[in-house]
Amino acid sequence: MTEKSELLARDKEVVVPGQVLATGMEFLPSSGTYRKGDRIYANQTGLLVVEGKVLKTIPMAGAYLPKRYDVIIGKVIDILMTGWRLETNSPYSAVLPLKDATFDYIKKGADLTEFFNLDEYVVCKIMQVTSQNLVDVSMKGPGLRKLKGGRIIKVSPPKVPRIIGKRGSMVALIKQATGCQMCVGQNGLIWLSGEPEQEVLAVKTIRKIEREAHVPGLTERIKSFLEKATGKKLEIGTDEEYERQHESRRPQSRPREGRGHREESGGARRGRRPPRR
Amino acid sequence: MAYKKRVDGRKFDETRPIIAKAGVIPKADGSGYFKIGKTEAYAAVYGPRELHPRNKQDPKTGVLRCTYNMMPFAGQGDRVRPGPSRRSKEISMVTELALLPVVNLEDWPNAVVDVFIELPQTDAGSRCAGISAASIALADAGIRMQDMVAACAVGIVDGSVVVDLNYEEEAWEEGNVADIPLAVIPSTGEISLLQMDGKVTKEQLMQAITQAKPVFERIADIQRAAIKERYDAVTREVKQNE
Amino acid sequence: MSNDLKEHISAALKKGVRLDGRKLDEFRPITIETGTVATAEGSAHLRCGETEIIAGIKLAVGTPYPDRPDSGTLMVNAELRPISNPEFEIGPPSIESIEVSRVIDRTIRESGTIDEKKLCITPGEQVWMVNVDVVPLNTDGNLIDLGCLASVAALKNTKLPRLEDGVVNYKELTQEGLPLSEEPIAVTVVKIGENFLVDPTQGEFDVADARLTVGSLADGTLCALQKGGDASLTPEDIDRMVDIALATAKKLRKLLE
Repeated sequence: MTEKSELLARDKEVVVPGQVLATGMEFLPSSGTYRKGDRIYANQTGLLVVEGKVLKTIPMAGAYLPKRYDVIIGKVIDILMTGWRLETNSPYSAVLPLKDATFDYIKKGADLTEFFNLDEYVVCKIMQVTSQNLVDVSMKGPGLRKLKGGRIIKVSPPKVPRIIGKRGSMVALIKQATGCQMCVGQNGLIWLSGEPEQEVLAVKTIRKIEREAHVPGLTERIKSFLEKATGKKLEIGTDEEYERQHESRRPQSRPREGRGHREESGGARRGRRPPRR
Repeated sequence: MAYKKRVDGRKFDETRPIIAKAGVIPKADGSGYFKIGKTEAYAAVYGPRELHPRNKQDPKTGVLRCTYNMMPFAGQGDRVRPGPSRRSKEISMVTELALLPVVNLEDWPNAVVDVFIELPQTDAGSRCAGISAASIALADAGIRMQDMVAACAVGIVDGSVVVDLNYEEEAWEEGNVADIPLAVIPSTGEISLLQMDGKVTKEQLMQAITQAKPVFERIADIQRAAIKERYDAVTREVKQNE
Repeated sequence: MSNDLKEHISAALKKGVRLDGRKLDEFRPITIETGTVATAEGSAHLRCGETEIIAGIKLAVGTPYPDRPDSGTLMVNAELRPISNPEFEIGPPSIESIEVSRVIDRTIRESGTIDEKKLCITPGEQVWMVNVDVVPLNTDGNLIDLGCLASVAALKNTKLPRLEDGVVNYKELTQEGLPLSEEPIAVTVVKIGENFLVDPTQGEFDVADARLTVGSLADGTLCALQKGGDASLTPEDIDRMVDIALATAKKLRKLLE
């Protein structure tokens, strides 16, 4: 190990499996990277994040892995003796037990389809994930509900934080511009309902966010895209519904994920900067 | 009468021109394209997703499942009958084994990652092109993998080591031809696909493996560049519009 | 498919807007590249929205059927392989892929574009057998129309291989093309509620009440029909759907020029 420590990739660069990110023993591998001998390699396609000497990646693609306290959109695929089975846009279905489904009293022997029927979508919160990824969800909580009407679109789950934006700022922009109702599940399902043309614009915007998520300056770019499309003047703010859904989230459950990495690079700073003109 | 000049004039360690792309199949969770000469492979990854039948599930890890298929018009000569054949089933299996060592599916117990490989046209080296495309597709799908898998046929033609034989060269009749499809994990130098037909000495085999090493590094670089290009192209487009 | 989504789509259609923003009679932009497959005697690579299809032609020499000793054969096969859609599975052809194959086959065969007698090499002994294979790489609806379009483009692109003493030499294609007299076009019109639309995406296809595929020739002659979907059609519906199909076919035919 006589080799000098050297960083071979840039911060916020797209890195790919097997790419050498650094040599020498000074740097430390974290998620999405690994050490072999005196080199650190990427083991997942993602955006490299260099935090001091720690190297990690934010994934750019991949399926949804259920996580406790995530708010997701699920689809009813089965009615069980004791609740409902939901499809979660992941390899693992979830169970919504009777007791966590509603504040209403459910009589013994009641027809469960009256509450949630097959093919219906619900916004729910993951309460438990076992080591085999058996998932329990609950509908008891602010903003958790059955979704009526509208349409569901699928996005790449790792792009969800960008589509939500910082404290729901991106969702708020889209709602403001299009007047659509919108709900984003951490599992990559998005529910939209609004005037037909406005929905089309919302979908177009979401696809643009997905595609350009790795290019800095996303929030500003989306804002001006929507302003141009609608002729409205838009404000960057936060989304009430998102805040409500997440206020009961156990604080500091994942201190790092909540901040910093979920935001776009420079997005927050850009907001504080004086306007260019 | 040694093999001095290759049938298509290439250098002995020169592959045919390669084109590689990522993200070519929008419906898939990840996809790759790998064209080498006139051999062309598309690969799509679906998953990790729920695995049926349940008895194939592994509670410790996700399962990798590969399917190799030539399109009916992809063969040199007669139409290839659709549906699985002994050949396609064997190639599907060795493809799976070639990719398995780099792929880490421990986060996905009981799930499956499906890799579908389709070849619209072939001119020898189709299993290797399939593996190279599949490796791009897996990385594009965000699957955790320690490295790319680069695959290419290496051959011994009349005692000389050549890389990436085409159909004409494989069928060369004036001397002894051995065809050795190889898949290599570049960061470790390990080999995850090894087959051969033809006659060689042990020394020739080891010589072929050693001499071809730089080729696999080159192919892995092309694969990695393809995945990055998917994102870089968007970055360029955004910058242009600003 | 949920009734919710169907109602949502219908409500938007009433205002003349489809989920992807298109008008009801609007096709997604199509590109066709021909001669893309070196191992085929004819080929076409078609893209339309997110649907992408390769059609390839393989020619073989075989013995004619005893009851038609002076006729060659034509066969169309569509393979809905799992590479192209998460819904498609490995295994024997699904009913969906069989229907796609058969409707394209019928549209091309019944158009009479290929005079099978002209495919005869030696009566009773050798004839050309034309195999059309349609393989989608990515599917987002409307496989019959697009598969048919790709097939016809590939047929037009085909060159006969050289025949040496009754054996095909695939390495050498002649300058001679297939004897084609027509360019049949298939157009599927779907009915959702009281609305009719063309070029359905997968989502629209799934919620459609009924559909009608109309194969037609340049002069407006119909050469194949296939009604699909759960709901029945009134004669007025059919009248309207055929009109829409013929008007659309006229536009699609230009892509083959």
